[in-house]
Amino acid sequence: MVLLPIAAVTATSLEGGLGAFWKAVTADQAVAALKLTVLASVIVVVINVVSGTAIAWVLVRDEFPGKRFVNSLVDLPFALPTVVAGLVLLALYGDNGILGISGVSFTKVGVVMALLFVTLPFVIRSVQPVLMELDTDMEEAAASLGARPWTIFRRIILPNLAPAIIAGAALAFARAVGEFGALVLISGNIPFDTEVSAVYIFSQIESANMESAAAVSVVLLAISVGMLFLIKLLGRWTVRHGR
Amino acid sequence: MAASTSKNIVKGGPVARIGLRSVALGYLAILLIFPVIVVFYKAFEDGWSVAWEAVSNPEAQHAIWLTILMVLVAVPINTIFGIACAIVLVRHRFRGRGILNAIIDMPFAISPVVIGLSLIILYGSRDGWFGQDLAAMGIEVIFTPVGMALATMFVSLPFVVREVVPVLEEIGDDQEQAAATLGAGPWQTFWRITLPSIRWGVTYGVVLATARALGEFGAVSVVSGRVAGSTETLPVYLRRVFESFNEAGTYAAAVVLALLALIVLAAMNLIQRRDRAILAGAGVAAEATVVPHTDVPDEKESA
Repeated sequence: MVLLPIAAVTATSLEGGLGAFWKAVTADQAVAALKLTVLASVIVVVINVVSGTAIAWVLVRDEFPGKRFVNSLVDLPFALPTVVAGLVLLALYGDNGILGISGVSFTKVGVVMALLFVTLPFVIRSVQPVLMELDTDMEEAAASLGARPWTIFRRIILPNLAPAIIAGAALAFARAVGEFGALVLISGNIPFDTEVSAVYIFSQIESANMESAAAVSVVLLAISVGMLFLIKLLGRWTVRHGR
Repeated sequence: MAASTSKNIVKGGPVARIGLRSVALGYLAILLIFPVIVVFYKAFEDGWSVAWEAVSNPEAQHAIWLTILMVLVAVPINTIFGIACAIVLVRHRFRGRGILNAIIDMPFAISPVVIGLSLIILYGSRDGWFGQDLAAMGIEVIFTPVGMALATMFVSLPFVVREVVPVLEEIGDDQEQAAATLGAGPWQTFWRITLPSIRWGVTYGVVLATARALGEFGAVSVVSGRVAGSTETLPVYLRRVFESFNEAGTYAAAVVLALLALIVLAAMNLIQRRDRAILAGAGVAAEATVVPHTDVPDEKESA
């Protein structure tokens, strides 16, 4: 069910030999799409690491009315179909959108915003349980010894959260690299500008260019499977060092 | 647990705390809340009747029906497979267990478009690996609901497994062994002992899989051929009417999908609350919503 399709894509990508594979992957448009995919995913992951950790912190340690509602809202991007996600961002931030901001729809900014939307829950949901389990004894001890809040965060909290942050970031990255639905509407899919690899693959399939689509797919697969592998390694490392 | 000591937590100054709170909530508002309000606003901008007309035309009706059909096919199959797979992963030790574990997560790491492509390569009726033989038997997969169901199954495959595995690990197999010593057969043990204890994990996985199946776009777009009134699911329909500048139709379809998403979200929360009561922090899913006891009075979910 899972392995066969992957084998099929890999085999098809190599049907014309390694030379054809290389040519398909290094075609100008394919390279531009891959570059944008990786760049946008990296930006999205960096923003997610900061905002996700901050939101998780607020949801665990802070108290305010409506906290439970906000907490349940975080899962919205998992529940909302991605096409709708793209559409709502367009309706709000598009050129003819309600806020009337230009420079979001059909630009790289739009790509990043759409990816931010769909990957929002990963880091939060990964950090939250760890932060909840984290005992405050160490923090109190540090504070009584005169450490400032920022020092406590950097030296005590961050090292404890790091594995969870990295795991969430890896999942977000894998998701961002492959995202298609949220981007179709808001990015405009302009070749050499806002076209990500998933959209490029789609257009290659549409023009019955299966070998080329498969070749780029293999590269995307390698990137996200590499990420998944990294999570596994990290998970093992965390179990060994965390207990 | 840290939750009960949240009163004497080191919080930093009030300025820093409220600052961080506003930034975090502001970020969520800009990214999540405003956009969703906008869809509802846009859909009903021209009145209820316009919105109703937009979803009641035959093509939209067919798309809604087909979307539900996909869920009804993919989710039950994945649920049965998911439970079986989770039991195998947790209760048995065998060679290749690590590999199986990794393979199950693969659909999370593969782009939906690539999943669609692989299905075309395998089952395309002209030059697919198995497609020609299947076509000879009269079974067309690509550009039919069969292929769309396969694509939907693929993308929603890992959810049930991932939710059930931590619960199974948490409960251990003491009760199952006790049942076995008292003479219960494997089936009896499963129905009377295992299934009742994992039911909330299963339900949560089903909800997540349903959400994914409802909204799947990439993989379904590729394999369906996107024939209006025939192989269009609601997300695919939405994109087509969007591209034909039919604004009322687009937002009406979006509202239907958003409403389904909100129902799913509400279900997720109900289940997580039960989880909290029953398992007190078994899996990640359960832990994610364990709220400190010093919590503010319950907010009614607006969902």
